[in-house]
Amino acid sequence: MSADTHAAVLVGVMSLVTVLLRALPFVVFRKNVPAYITYLGQVLPPAIIGMLVIYCLKDAAVATAPFGIPELIAGASVVLLQGWKRNALLSILGGTVVYMLLVQLVFR
Amino acid sequence: MRAMTAKKAFLTSLPVMAGYIVLGMGFGILAQRAGYGVPWSFAMSLLIYAGSMQYVGIGLLQGGVSVLAAAAATVMVNARHLFYSISMIGRYRETGRYKPYLIFALTDETYSLLCNGKAPEGTDPNLYCFLVSLFNHSYWVLGSVAGSLAGGILPFSSKGIEFSMTALFIASFTEQWIVAKDHLPALAGLLGTLLCLLLFGPERFLIPAMLLITLTLTLLRSRITAGKKAGQ
Repeated sequence: MSADTHAAVLVGVMSLVTVLLRALPFVVFRKNVPAYITYLGQVLPPAIIGMLVIYCLKDAAVATAPFGIPELIAGASVVLLQGWKRNALLSILGGTVVYMLLVQLVFR
Repeated sequence: MRAMTAKKAFLTSLPVMAGYIVLGMGFGILAQRAGYGVPWSFAMSLLIYAGSMQYVGIGLLQGGVSVLAAAAATVMVNARHLFYSISMIGRYRETGRYKPYLIFALTDETYSLLCNGKAPEGTDPNLYCFLVSLFNHSYWVLGSVAGSLAGGILPFSSKGIEFSMTALFIASFTEQWIVAKDHLPALAGLLGTLLCLLLFGPERFLIPAMLLITLTLTLLRSRITAGKKAGQ
C-alpha cells in the first residue's frame, strides 16, 4: 500500500470515528434521557472548554527558555480583550497576532 | 419564511465565519508545509470537520501510524463531542431529515451557537439549525483550502499561527466564565486537567482528565444543583 493510500485510509478512519462519537449519545439515549445525563450535559461544556485550554498549552515548555512566556502574555491578551469587548473574533485575532509577534521577533 | 431563516442563520454564523477562516487557514498552511496540499486539506475539512483532530491528524499522516493508533487518537481528542451530543439530545430530537447532518456537523463552535435558546422568531427552527451548521462547515472548508493555496506564497512568516486555536478556547472559556453564575464546572475542567497533565505527562493525560472531570462533577452534583436552585 502506498503512503498516499495509507494516508487516505487514515483520513477515513478519523472521519468515521469522529462521526461515531458525535452520534453515539443520540443512539444510546434516543428513548429517554436519565436525569444524570441531562445534568452532565449542562455542566460538562464549561469544564471541557477548560480542559481544551490546558490541552492546547500542553507543549508549552515552562522549564526551558522562553519559559512559556509567549503563551502567558498572548493568553492574558485574549482574556483581557474578551473581558473588555466580549467579541470572540477580536480576542482570537488579537491574541494570535501578539503570539506571532512574540515568537517571531522577541523570543527567537 | 425560508429567506428569513437563511438570513437569520447567516447573521448567527458570522462570528464563526472569520474564526473558522483563520483557523481553517492555519490548518491548511500546516498541512501544506507537511506535504499535504489542497486535495488533502479539502477532504479532511469536509469529512473529519473537527479542528483540533485535524491539527493532530497531520502528525498522524506524517508518522504513517497504524489504523488502530489513528482510531485511538481520534477517540481521545474527540471524546468531548460525546458531551456536546449529550446536551443536544433534547434540542435535536424533532429535527427529522436534518438530524444526521446536524449530528455530523456538531463542532465546538456550532454547538456554542445552537446550544442556548430557541431559533429566532419567524424562522423554521430545523432549517435554521441546519443552515447555521452548513454555513460553519463551508467556512471551515473554504478557509483550509485558502490556507493550503496561500501556504507556499505567504509574504510573511506564519510561525505561531497555530496559537489561534488556543486563543479560540481561551476566549470561549473567558466568555463562559463571565456569563456563568457557578464557576465550579469550569474550575473542575481547568484544574483537573492541569493536575492530570502534571501526573501523567503530555502524551497520556487526556483520558484520565476526562474521567477525573466526570467524577468531580458527579460528586459535586448535589452542590451544583442546589446552587442553581438557590440562584433562581
